[in-house]
Amino acid sequence: MDWLGLYNYWVVVILMMAGFYIVIAQGNLVKKIVGLNIFQTSVFIFFISLAKLDGGSAPVYVEGITEYSNPLPHVLILTAIVVGVALTAMGLALVVRVHELYGSIEEDEIHEQDGSD
Amino acid sequence: MIDQLPALPVVITMAAAPLVMCLLRWPWLAWATTTAACWAALAATIALLHHVLDVGTVSYAMGGWEPPFGIEYRIDAANVFVLLIIAGVSALIMPFAKRSVESEIEASKIPFFYCAFLLANCGLLGVTATGDAFNIFVFFEIAAIASYALIAMGKDRRAVMASYQYLVMGTVGTTFLLIGIGFLYIMTGTLNLNDLAHRLPEVSDTNTVRAAFAFLAVGVSLKLALFPLHLWLPNAYTYAPSMVTVFLSATATKVAIYVLLRLFYSVFGIEFSFEELSMNYVLFPLALLGILIPSIVAVFQNNAKRMLAYSSVANVGYIILGISFATTLGVMASMLHIFNHAITKAALFMALGCVVYRAGGTSLERMAGMGQRMPWTMAAFVLAGLSLIGIPLTVGFITKWHLILASLETGLWPIAVFLLGTSLLAVIYIWKVVEAAYFREPLAENANVQEAPLSLLVPTWVLTLLCVVFGVYTPFTVGIAETAAETLMGGFL
Amino acid sequence: MTLIEALTGLAPDLAIYLALTIPLVGTVLIVLTGRWPNLREVVTGLTATGLFLSVLQLLPFVLAGERPEVTLFEFLPGLDFAFRVEPLGMTFALVSSGLWILTSLYAIGYMRGAGEAHHTRFYAYFAIALFSATGIALAQNMFTLFIFYEILTLSTYPLVAHKGHEAARKGARIYVGLLLGTSIGFQLMAILATWWLTGTLDFTEGGIMEGQVGHGVGAVLLVLYMYGIGKAALMPFHRWLPEAMVAPTPVSALLHAVAVVKAGVFTVLKVSIYLFGLDYMQALVTTDLIMYIAAFTLLGASIVALQKDNLKARLAYSTVSQLSYIVLGAMLVNQYAAVGGGMHIVMHAFGKITLFFCAGAIYVASKKTEVSQLDGLGRKMPFTMFAFFLGALCVIGVPPLGGLWSKFHLVMGSFEAQHAMMAGVFMLSTLLNIAYLLPPVTRAFLRPLPEGESPGFREAPAFCVVPLSLTALGGVAMFFLASPLREMLEGMFIY
Repeated sequence: MDWLGLYNYWVVVILMMAGFYIVIAQGNLVKKIVGLNIFQTSVFIFFISLAKLDGGSAPVYVEGITEYSNPLPHVLILTAIVVGVALTAMGLALVVRVHELYGSIEEDEIHEQDGSD
Repeated sequence: MIDQLPALPVVITMAAAPLVMCLLRWPWLAWATTTAACWAALAATIALLHHVLDVGTVSYAMGGWEPPFGIEYRIDAANVFVLLIIAGVSALIMPFAKRSVESEIEASKIPFFYCAFLLANCGLLGVTATGDAFNIFVFFEIAAIASYALIAMGKDRRAVMASYQYLVMGTVGTTFLLIGIGFLYIMTGTLNLNDLAHRLPEVSDTNTVRAAFAFLAVGVSLKLALFPLHLWLPNAYTYAPSMVTVFLSATATKVAIYVLLRLFYSVFGIEFSFEELSMNYVLFPLALLGILIPSIVAVFQNNAKRMLAYSSVANVGYIILGISFATTLGVMASMLHIFNHAITKAALFMALGCVVYRAGGTSLERMAGMGQRMPWTMAAFVLAGLSLIGIPLTVGFITKWHLILASLETGLWPIAVFLLGTSLLAVIYIWKVVEAAYFREPLAENANVQEAPLSLLVPTWVLTLLCVVFGVYTPFTVGIAETAAETLMGGFL
Repeated sequence: MTLIEALTGLAPDLAIYLALTIPLVGTVLIVLTGRWPNLREVVTGLTATGLFLSVLQLLPFVLAGERPEVTLFEFLPGLDFAFRVEPLGMTFALVSSGLWILTSLYAIGYMRGAGEAHHTRFYAYFAIALFSATGIALAQNMFTLFIFYEILTLSTYPLVAHKGHEAARKGARIYVGLLLGTSIGFQLMAILATWWLTGTLDFTEGGIMEGQVGHGVGAVLLVLYMYGIGKAALMPFHRWLPEAMVAPTPVSALLHAVAVVKAGVFTVLKVSIYLFGLDYMQALVTTDLIMYIAAFTLLGASIVALQKDNLKARLAYSTVSQLSYIVLGAMLVNQYAAVGGGMHIVMHAFGKITLFFCAGAIYVASKKTEVSQLDGLGRKMPFTMFAFFLGALCVIGVPPLGGLWSKFHLVMGSFEAQHAMMAGVFMLSTLLNIAYLLPPVTRAFLRPLPEGESPGFREAPAFCVVPLSLTALGGVAMFFLASPLREMLEGMFIY
């Protein structure tokens, strides 16, 4: 049952595909942002999982502990989360502007309005 | 001071950004600070260029943490060349920006605008300067988020949608990059590009590394608008404020191309990228289609800005074509075109910026009659347009020359024919603008349009003249491009 | 006196620099003096004269067998931006700059008489066109030549589109499209391939191809060059020349009978003699092919000319036909025919510019543009029509006009090349020349004026009539000067 042991990678794959699908298939601008977030989160989980060692401790030097998890990817993901939050904020801000300008956040309706300009 | 040079361009622009935002009440001062920062960054870059050409590759340990553990800034001939383009264009834009931005952005938002511009600038400089894979991702996002904001400030409401599209596609691109970086880290335990290059050969025969390569290639291709992943670009360039279009067209895609070059040639190495994975068979047809189709689409555009945006996609195709040859001459042609196309397109978009400033738009109807109304602006447009076509004594010709020689070198003479044929498409679309500007009567509302003010005209002409100067005096650019190509081909040493 | 002293006996490199800078400085001055028409036209005249004089300085050196040379800068390693004067280039530079003096006089009369607009723009681009023609004439290598070739195309675009109406724009679009298209698509390709294969683009005695390029590739390159030099107007890429006739007549006269088109055939000769080398070309299979295409163009264009009622269109097709004389001469690949081609550049220049000047003068004086309207015009415009007669004879090649000698050499060349059929082509074409060039003259002198027109004497302004009389007389003079010209041209095989 080796493949079950890697279940967080399966979670990553499923989340990634789900998020990506939402980004592509949804016409609602907010839902697209949500999809983008899920997509990114899956990558965060991926990084966190790959650094975790079974039975590994937090990287603090203590007598008697020999196995540590790798702290570096966790730190990286802290940065990536910050970037992700900024992106979400930016994206939502744009959606707000779109709503102000077009009165809608559905992609097809917006294109229709621009087409008739 | 010399020791700190590699970090200076990035640090200066980054430090100036919050400062500019504090100058909320004084848009003029915000502009002045931004200008000072851009020129200081340029000065630092030029000093760095001299230094690198003198002593060769420079390594800088950020915060004193030694590589490969800390973040390393690694400057060689290849990226100092790209740094020069970014810093140079942003410095030259600033005098132009003053009035152009005042006319297109609300006064209260101007300091924010400059803040975002500085961040975009800083991000692009950072991507180029850094020698750390994760750092590339972070700087890409800094540049990207700032550019989304910049694009969304366009006057037309479609700018907001264009920015949104760019955001979605750009985020997917950078996230792919992040996945690829993760895979590489699993296999090698390092993020330092130089270190990666040394460790990858041992593990290169694994699916993980191949997957990493695939994710990185797709991610970067999205950022550099490789056909058919270019869909975000035309709208973003068309509706962004003039000054933003100038800046992004000259730098954003170029930086992503540099990253592609760095990854394919230095990190993975030619053997892995082009022999084992045969990327040339992927890049080559995409480059050809990417030259042909956007060029044809450009011919049918009715808005000059949009036309040039499609032409930008086509020119990315030229650069990728040179990369796909996997020869020194090919890479050299690509490096040259990165520089040459940057100044040519910047000059063209600046000229259009002047037209926007006076005539209120760049549709061919609005541009009608501008040849008489704005003779200097349109003359600059024509000259830079000739460079885009690739007429001798302009930089465009230098690129074509090397690119064609590179294709002859690989025995692909039909490509040489193809390249010359597609420059004729550029003749057609540039000539459409020329005819509208010189031989049609202006719209009634534009009958009294005046020549653009000097603050717009001078930077436009400086860039236009650069197109000619570097088209005549070639040792500088050709020399650096050659060194850069050799550095990239040689991998990290 | 001091001026003349200063202008004679210049060092040859200084003369080359002057020949290149004078038209450029002239352009700037023309733009600056645009507000004062008289001053501007004086500047044009002085520029033309200055150019001619500085080119003339080079003549003694070339005649003495020297090849003055100047390198401006290195463009790419091994590729210089350089100039070198040899007899063929000398001839072309002298003809184009000399006739520019007369054309600038003529333009004053024509532009004012015909009520054209935008004079400053017109004169300025004209000067740039002459600058590039000079550059082509003096270029030391194919690359330098190519650059000036492209500048010439671009600078003549505004001249062709000068009138700005729909027809002019359409004509100019075809003009620039065909010329840029062929030069970028074929010529540049050929240049790059040459550079790639031989590592040089310098014009060299005996050519650079021998031993470097296989005959198969060489044959392809020859076709690329010949069609790439669109200004030589080989069919089917000749359409731009008739289209260019929408331009004001001085443009048609100097540029589209002398500077631009001769730049084309001049390049053909240069490429044949100094890039391919005559011996090498003899071995190529496509040389004969191009020769037959040239022969076809020569006859075909004459037949089209016969059917044109518009005088300028008829002259344009006549030019297409005459250009092929020179291409054909180059393709006969022997010294006799090449010298004949070189001479024809001069002879045809005098003949055709006279004809165009006359067409323009007729338009200015009577607004007539069609051959069928010329009935009886000889009585109203005797000087113009007589000059037209002389010009026609020069193009046909009747003594005592210069055209005889170039045709003589070309025919001798075709015998020497053992292509007697080509001699037949030249003869047939001469008959066709008579058939389309003499009717305007016979109509003008032998038919009565149409009813309702007053028969009084009504010539074009003196600014028009004097230059056209001078060029007509020039055609006569060339009959007697043919022998020194030939001697000079024979020097072109020693580079």
